[in-house]
Amino acid sequence: MAMNISPQRQTSHLKREILVRLIRAFLSDNFEEKTRLIPYDMRPKGHEVPYRCCIYKERAILRDRTVAGLGHSIEETDDSELLSNLAEKALSRKEPEQNPLTVLTTACKGCVPARIYVTDLCQGCVARPCVNTCKFGAISVINGKSVIDPAKCKNCGMCAQVCPYQAIQKIIVPCENACPVGAITKGDDGYAQIDFEKCISCGKCVAACPFGAVHEKSQIIDVLKSIKDDKKQVIAMVAPAMFGQLPCTPAQLKQAIMKLGFDDVYEVAQGADITTKTEAAEFVERLEKGEEFMTTSCCAGYNELVDKHIPEMKPFRSDTKTPMYYTAEIVKKEHPDAVTVFFSPCVAKRREALKNPNVDYVLNYEEVGAWFIALGIQVAECDESSFKTESSAEARNYAVIGGVAKAVQTVLPEEIPAHPVIIDGLNKQSIRDLKKYAKNGMCELGNLIEVMSCQGGCLGGNATVNAYKPALKQLTNYVNSSDSIVKEAQKVEK
Amino acid sequence: MAEKVSVKVCLGTTCFVMGSANLQELIEMVPKKYGEKVDVSGVPCLGLCSIDWEFSKAPYVKVDDEVIKEATVEKVLKAIDEKLAAK
Repeated sequence: MAMNISPQRQTSHLKREILVRLIRAFLSDNFEEKTRLIPYDMRPKGHEVPYRCCIYKERAILRDRTVAGLGHSIEETDDSELLSNLAEKALSRKEPEQNPLTVLTTACKGCVPARIYVTDLCQGCVARPCVNTCKFGAISVINGKSVIDPAKCKNCGMCAQVCPYQAIQKIIVPCENACPVGAITKGDDGYAQIDFEKCISCGKCVAACPFGAVHEKSQIIDVLKSIKDDKKQVIAMVAPAMFGQLPCTPAQLKQAIMKLGFDDVYEVAQGADITTKTEAAEFVERLEKGEEFMTTSCCAGYNELVDKHIPEMKPFRSDTKTPMYYTAEIVKKEHPDAVTVFFSPCVAKRREALKNPNVDYVLNYEEVGAWFIALGIQVAECDESSFKTESSAEARNYAVIGGVAKAVQTVLPEEIPAHPVIIDGLNKQSIRDLKKYAKNGMCELGNLIEVMSCQGGCLGGNATVNAYKPALKQLTNYVNSSDSIVKEAQKVEK
Repeated sequence: MAEKVSVKVCLGTTCFVMGSANLQELIEMVPKKYGEKVDVSGVPCLGLCSIDWEFSKAPYVKVDDEVIKEATVEKVLKAIDEKLAAK
């Protein structure tokens, strides 16, 4: 399963290359002009045209990707506006834009709409299971081949399942197919559009689109600006998944981040330790009140899902705050004037950060990686720099699927039995299951439901850099070298 | 016995971020496929990314003396096959 979570994608290569060029432009003596030239530097006169019809279209798409890199909405940006003007606007922006995703219509191929299609492999057989299975009378045999009447077809796909020749195919639109809540659809113009009323910022469309047409609006310029301002203290808050991302030790990674210009680095695992204890205490309290089950509440994608699509789940979702919340609270208490930057594996944390005044900006792991490239920092050659506060093994393991439930279980008193149920990635089926648990007020499989929007947990986030297997191995080494949150005697008081 | 083919997957920061993270599977896959005939390892920065804007051609893999730009698993396996055929 986990092996295919993050296959290599040329679209990631393009997005990362633009980020490196943007960062170098910012650090140069002429940010605006260097930004304007990015599409021309990447596709100079006479350059080969690897992906599109002509060099002009390639440049147009690279220009739009740069717009997203500058943190603007591509949909709302006029095509005639120069990148140099947009770079200037990014510099004068006071706070990041609300919705974290933006779609490039120039890169969106406008895939054919999702439908059922009879291929040439149809043998016009005698059994005709397709005709017999279709509940809508949409299939008839014309000239010895099955034909689907689009007016009657409901796209159920039953005919495709029963065809003995596998001659009937379901044509999918990758972004629509990946979205668990129907928030991204092809508009009337045939191009993908995101309905932000429905969108839970899970990032699955970003990973799914083979044309790389869905972009995160980067906040890299905002962060670079804060770092450049000598009067500002800028503090990085690094989520646990980060320690599986780059080929170096956690202590070297801290030093590498300091080299970017950050004044200090906090592990978000520090907040996770508070989440674990608070959530365990809450679990005990809820069971004693006679409640049947509780779900975790640290995944931002899941929280958006409950708020927007499964309000009936709210009473069962833990009221405990996320590790990011507690970490940011600690940082702002210790450094009230600091600018805080959360290092995230996914899009969803951008939404959570926008709602939390203690988190100023979010960078994803692709952006952090691009920054290291832009400055020529070799993480594996950095000195080691230790964290002021050590976090527990359980907290550092939050990024691994099942890790949160395991942490809560570790601190529960022995007489309170927890039976974890793990939702390993949100999809249409797991959302149906969650709705069922909420409606029935119980879950027959257990009483502590951990929900992770991404398959594999945070290590499977859309903006991770490392492949899943090596990331898991590296993070697990770190977890195994850390102390447990409790000794037997220190379990949460009943 | 013929000389071994050497495969060096660059795991420097630039190559790693630009895609060699996904080439790590070669380190397991190549010995299974070619046995003793090929030596494969992940190596620290080969220094190929630092010249001008060459980062954009990362990740790099060296198969014997040949440098593969924008390396993918397929490109590397093809290069190994060619080297083995020539030996």
